[in-house]
This record gives sequence, C-alpha cells and structure tokens, in this order.
Amino acid sequence: MSNNSTYELIIGLEIHIQLNTESKMFGVGSNNIWKEEPNSHVAPVDLGLPGTLPVPNGKAIEFTQRCGHALHCNLATNSKFDRKNYFYPDLPKGYQISQYDQPFCTDGYLDIPIGNNETKRITIRRIHLEEDTGKSLHKDGKTYLDFNKAGVPLMELVTEPDFRTSAQASDFSKMIQVAVRVLGISDADMEKGNMRLEANVSVRKIGETTLPNYRVELKNINSFKFLRDAVEFEFTRQVDAQQKGERLYMETRGWDSKKGVSVLQRRKETESDYRYFPEPDIPPFVFDKIYFDEILADLPTMPWDLETQLVNQGVRSDYAQMLAYEEDKYRAYVQYKDTLDDEDLVKLIANTKDMSTIENEITKIKSQKNDVGVSADELSRLISMVIEKNPTVVLDYTSGKENALHFLVGQVMKLSQGRADATVVREHLIQNLRD
Amino acid sequence: MNLNDILDGYSNKSFSVHEVFTTFLQQIDKYESKVHSFITRIDINPKDGSNAIPIAHKDIYSTKGIETTAASHILKGYVPPYSATSVIRLESKGFETLGKLNCDAFAHGTTGENSDIVITKNPYDLSRVPGGSSSGSAAAVAAGFVPVATATDTGGSIRLPSSYTNTVGIKPTYGRVSRYGVIAMTSSTDSIGHITKTVWDSAYVLGITAGYDEHDATSSRIDVPAYTEHIDDGVSGMTLGLPKEYLVNIDPEIERVFNEVVATYEKLGARIVEVSLPHTHNALSCYYIITPSEISSNLGRFDGIRFGLDRSKFGEEAKRRILIGTFCLSAGYYDEYYRKAQKVRTLVKNDFDNVFTSVDAIIAPVSPVLAPRVGSVIDDPLKTYMLDVLTVPVNLAGNPSLSVPGGFSHGLPVGFQIIGKHFDEQLLYTIGNAYEKETQHYKTLPTFSDSTTI
Repeated sequence: MSNNSTYELIIGLEIHIQLNTESKMFGVGSNNIWKEEPNSHVAPVDLGLPGTLPVPNGKAIEFTQRCGHALHCNLATNSKFDRKNYFYPDLPKGYQISQYDQPFCTDGYLDIPIGNNETKRITIRRIHLEEDTGKSLHKDGKTYLDFNKAGVPLMELVTEPDFRTSAQASDFSKMIQVAVRVLGISDADMEKGNMRLEANVSVRKIGETTLPNYRVELKNINSFKFLRDAVEFEFTRQVDAQQKGERLYMETRGWDSKKGVSVLQRRKETESDYRYFPEPDIPPFVFDKIYFDEILADLPTMPWDLETQLVNQGVRSDYAQMLAYEEDKYRAYVQYKDTLDDEDLVKLIANTKDMSTIENEITKIKSQKNDVGVSADELSRLISMVIEKNPTVVLDYTSGKENALHFLVGQVMKLSQGRADATVVREHLIQNLRD
Repeated sequence: MNLNDILDGYSNKSFSVHEVFTTFLQQIDKYESKVHSFITRIDINPKDGSNAIPIAHKDIYSTKGIETTAASHILKGYVPPYSATSVIRLESKGFETLGKLNCDAFAHGTTGENSDIVITKNPYDLSRVPGGSSSGSAAAVAAGFVPVATATDTGGSIRLPSSYTNTVGIKPTYGRVSRYGVIAMTSSTDSIGHITKTVWDSAYVLGITAGYDEHDATSSRIDVPAYTEHIDDGVSGMTLGLPKEYLVNIDPEIERVFNEVVATYEKLGARIVEVSLPHTHNALSCYYIITPSEISSNLGRFDGIRFGLDRSKFGEEAKRRILIGTFCLSAGYYDEYYRKAQKVRTLVKNDFDNVFTSVDAIIAPVSPVLAPRVGSVIDDPLKTYMLDVLTVPVNLAGNPSLSVPGGFSHGLPVGFQIIGKHFDEQLLYTIGNAYEKETQHYKTLPTFSDSTTI
C-alpha cells in the first residue's frame, strides 16, 4: 500500500434531519409516515397538484431556529424560501422549496473533543429548511414512486471542511444527533432516514494550505460506522490515485456497505444550475426580538454544556461524557437532579443500565444514608403543589401516558430535596390523581 | 338577466330556479355553437325551491370531480380531487356550475387564440376575438350564457376581454382573493377575479370570494368591506387621474370613447387631473421577464407522472415562455434579467403610490386597440404581447383595477379601467357604478353577427 502518512483528509459534512412536527412543511397533511402504506399520506399539496400552494409550517421554522441558537449560529432577522428547480420523478413540483441566500441560521460552531482534553472548533456554515422529496423504488426494471415522504420538513446543516479525520466527522455527527433529540425536534433515527449524512471528501499533502480543486460527495451513509468506513475508503482510494498521478474528479459516490467500497454515481463536469429564485408563493419573513425571545425561552441545557458543567463540578470526565451524550442518562440526570447529592446521582446514573429502575435506586440510596423522611402532611402538600403546577403533565398521565408519572414523581422528589421516598411518593401520587 | 335581477326575483318569489336556469340554458343552446365559450358542460338540475345561481368557471380553476385542463392538451383527462377556494366559497352561496370555460392554454395569451381546444369568438362580432386569456369567461357573460364567470388576471386577462365584450371585469388587489386551487401562471401577479354584466354584480361576487384563506400564504387578512354598500355614493368631489403615458400610441377610436368617459365623469362632478406614471414604458419588458421566469418553474410539475400527459403536449406559447423563463433564471443571467426586472417592478409600484397621494383613483383605457380579428395578431408574439401594455403595470404593482364598458366603436365594445389603491375595491365600484348608471351600456346586447361595420 501507498504511504498514506504524508496526506491528510479534508472533510465537510452535510447533515439532513427530518423534523418531527405534527404536519408537513408546507401543507396540512400528517407528518407521521414511518412504515405507512405507500402514497397513503399525500395531500394535494404533497403531490404538487395544479393550483396547490405551500403554506410554511411555523413550528418547523421555530425548530430550526432553536437548533441554530443551540449551535451558536446567527439567526437571520430577514429570511425567505427559494425555489430550487430541477427534474426528478420523485420531486413533485419540478422544484424543491429550499433556502438559497438567506438561510434561517448561519455561522455557528460546535467544539468537538479530539483527545488529550483538547477540542477542535467546527464551523457550521449554515442551517436551512426545505421540504423532503418522495422516494423512488427501483424493482424489476421498473420505478415505483412513494410520495409519503414528499413535504416532510427537512433541516440541512452544512459545515465548513474542518474535519481532518473520519472520527472527528463521526463524533460531530453523533453530537448533532443527541442535540436534536434533546431539543425534541427530531427522532434522528438513521435507520428510518430521519438523519442522513453526506460527506465531502478530498485529500491533500500535509503542509498544503489551499483546498484541493476537487471533492467527492459521499452519499447513502446511514450509520456513523459507515461514515467512518466510507471516508477511510476514500482516503486510501484518493491517495492512491494521487500517487499514481491520476486526476481526481468532482463526483458523487455512493457507499456500498456490503462490499465496503464507494461506487461512482455521477461525475459533475459543471456545477448544476438550479435556477434559484425567491419562492413567490411565500412572503419573506421578518423576525423581531420579541419572537426570538419567545421561541428561545425554554431551551434545554445542551449536552456539551452539561458535560462542561459536570467536569467543572469535579465529575470524572468519562462519567460527564456519558451523562451528557447518552440520551437516557442525560434525561435521567435532568429529571432527578436535586433529588440526591449530585455526586451520588452522577455515579448512580453512570452505573445504571436501565433508567426505569433509577427511581427505586434513588430511594434505596437515601434510606441507606438515613435521610429523614417527610411527614404525611408535608408530602400531601408537595404532591398538591406539583399537580397544580403541571396541569398538562397530569392530563398526559390521565390520558394514559405512564411516563408522565415518572416526571411528577421526580418533581415531588425535587421539592422534598430528596428526603421523600420515591415509592411512597408514587403511591400517593397515583391515589391523588385517581381522585 | 343580471345577477341582481336573479337575487331580487328569488327574494320577491317572482320567479323560480327553473325559470332562471332555463333562461340561461336556452341562450347557450341558441348561441354556444357560434361562440365556443365552454370546454366542458355540466348537466345540472337545480333543486326545486333552491335559490341556485348559474355560474361557469375558467378552466384553470380546480373543480372537484370535473375535468380541469387549463385549455391545454397536457391536462386532458385530469380530474382534480379538490376545488379552488373561490369555487368552494361561491358554492356555499348557491352558485352552481354549468361548466368550464375556454381560455388561452395556462392563461398564456391576450386573444384567447392560444387555447389548445377551440377559439372562442366575440359575441359582438364573431369574426373577432373576445380577448384573453379569460376569453370564454368574457364571451359567456357577454352572450348571456351565465350571469357571472370566474376568471384570472395576471397581466390583463380579465380586463382585456371585458373591455372587448361590454362586460365588467374586476382584477382585485393581489392577495385579496385566494389563489388556492387556481392553476398558477405567474404566482406573484396572478389575481383571482370574475366577469359580470354590471358593476353591482361584480361587487356582490367579490364580497363572497374575497378574504383570508389559510391555504394561501399570500392572501391578506385585511377585513373585507361590504362592496355593494357605497356603490351609489357617486363621484362628486372625487379627483380622478389621467396617466399621460397611457394616452399615447392608442387607436383614435379608443381615444374617442375614452374622451367620452372623461367628459361624463366631469359632468358627474369629478375633478380630472393629468398624472404621470413615468415607468410605464418599462413595465411591459419587466413583465415579460418575470412572467416567463415564474412560468418556467410553475410548469415544471407537468411531467405526466402524477397527472396529465407528457410534455410533448405543451403548446407553442407555453414552450416559448418556458424557454425564455429558463434562460432568464439561469446562472449568470439571473442578475441581468430577473433581479433587474424585480427592481424595475419596485419603481412601477412607486409610480402608483406617488400618484395616489394626490388622486382618489386613476382612469385609463384598457386596450390600445379594438378587439382584433381572429388570426390577425396571433402569429406575431410581440404584437400580441403589446395588447397588454396598459394592463400589466397594475399587475406588477398589485393594485386593483375594474374594467367597465365605456362605449362602442362601430358596434364593437370599448372598455376603460379604474385603478385604485391597494384594497380600495369599494371605491372602484362606486366610481364604476356612477358611469354605468349614467350610460347603461350593459343594455346593448350582442348581435352574434359575423361582422361589424368596420
């Protein structure tokens, strides 16, 4: 094999994330399409029937802006949608409504760990919003079209070519996955296509400072491992080619995970001309401070901020990372914070596999510590307070969502500063809610 | 029989729904074979005792369960599963459709001759066109086939045929009436209106179709006034502007009729002042960049995959506009054409805003020439585009404009337009009604003859 050590990777990422809003991006149809019968969730707007018009989903815009804020982006006060014109059978209107020169979010960053307690800042060029296309299925020499996916809100995050290793690209993607889940804006399930990765990969000799005059766009990557594999494969392929003096092209390649090779899909002799122009069916947006204050009011603590907080508190760095980036641990920590001494809680969560047992564990620890319990009077007072303060959660519980109870128990525990017995609290809560 | 007569008749119980429908259906039986205004006819039997009112829709309005072709072969057989918002609102007030009306295919045209189906004739002179693109709508109302027909005005497509057929056409303010369900031509200028015999009828119908629609992000939330309420207030004390740029290069006969209009308004107590809209001469070229650009994108969905037939069925004019628009939006040309046209558009809009600081409304001719003979201009696209020269500035600026019968030249109808501030339709109706009451041109019925005296 060639001498790879004199070359380095240049990687930029484009991450597409489907937002989990109730309805689609520009129509009233349901957005819940996973495993549904093909073409069963297609309103006239989704099919681009003549005369239909797009009406933007405000929630999807809000989700994108919340994400942008969490990723340190500038949020545009003036923005708009544009038409990206191209033909493809699964693109119903002959254009995709996207954003061209005024995306909702620009110039953000995320610091990723690169070992030795060091971080590397990855610049996020932009985050914009668009509509997903339909799906083409090729079978027996025929093409079948499913438009369920057409019109699903799709957020696209584009980074600068700042990654130098496949691990960096993969770590960043994982952080984004947890971030959007914690924000509650996407399930980011890669198997379901909620989150899709594309990597732009080129190589250059170490020491060179200009970007290579080509890049290879890698598509069809649906896991973090495949991202690393595909990038590594390309590294070897491209270094080989350079050493043999072969020309490398601007091209799109798909990752064949079974064979472990990238496959040429199409070569781009020229940049595509999408004939972008402002979407005339949607008036431009002007967002003011009142709007931003409102939509950004209740942002959760982002995983990287939690990690820093915990480390600063003196928590072991591996524990801090676990609590920040393992979603169920993150949620357990946020929910039960203040029920126990922080050090105990961190340790407990870090060492627990099944988060549904955490409540009992907390009670056990407390009894071991001989915590003074709370009087019956105080307990019923706390329970009343929590029920009063959380009408929607109570409603969730009474309408059958068992998880809502966990939350309420956590709240009572919190108010009692961890003195109450979770099992007792649970029993009393159920009793109270039944009444 | 006007819409107003029908409503009166129903409330006085002086005639039945069957008498009403029979009147219009007999007229269709007698003259439709000469006029060719319909593409699709619907057999309906209005319920006894109902107060149903006949209507017909331009074939670019989606009508649930009824073939909707935009007069283009590419949509042959397309039956929409939903109806346009305007259609639904009219149905809820008792309007029942007698059918779908011919137009230039995809509303691309000024004479009606770009229809892929048939050429509609002018009921006042069957050797001439009724004007386009809403050719069938204007001809059907003029011929007495329906008291009201829906239509659209992207660059003059309601006002031009109205002015050629002695009918009243309203191009409402952009955003006043929902575009949902109306096949898009130029999204940023498409205005959804209708054609009637009288000004009152037009005001009544706009009261039904106007108003915010959650399916159209460009529809306005501004309240809808009672358009018929101040219709008899008269023009005494009003100031009407005559744009000097609209009075050059027009046919002497158009000028003669328009002078009568001006004289009548002076007699009725209006003050007439000359005004200037200096960017008028830029408007047409700007319009014919923006329009094909948006069309090239809007017609992208007609790929024959989900509905309709394949692209080989596009007509010549559609292909011409797709090519011009694709060129104007291409990288390297976008700045020089589309972006520049949008800047000019702002100047055109500013012209109107400036003038409306000193006048209540503008009056002007609609067409620079009389209704052309069939086949006389259609082979020359530039000549056809020129027919729009006095109507497109309003579309670029978004203002409302009402075309009202002004008089006749050798038996050919000549209309004029009243242009107002954004959302000032109510005032346009007052001004239009004053002229109509004085002149009553709507009482001059079509001859259905082969030719007029010129």
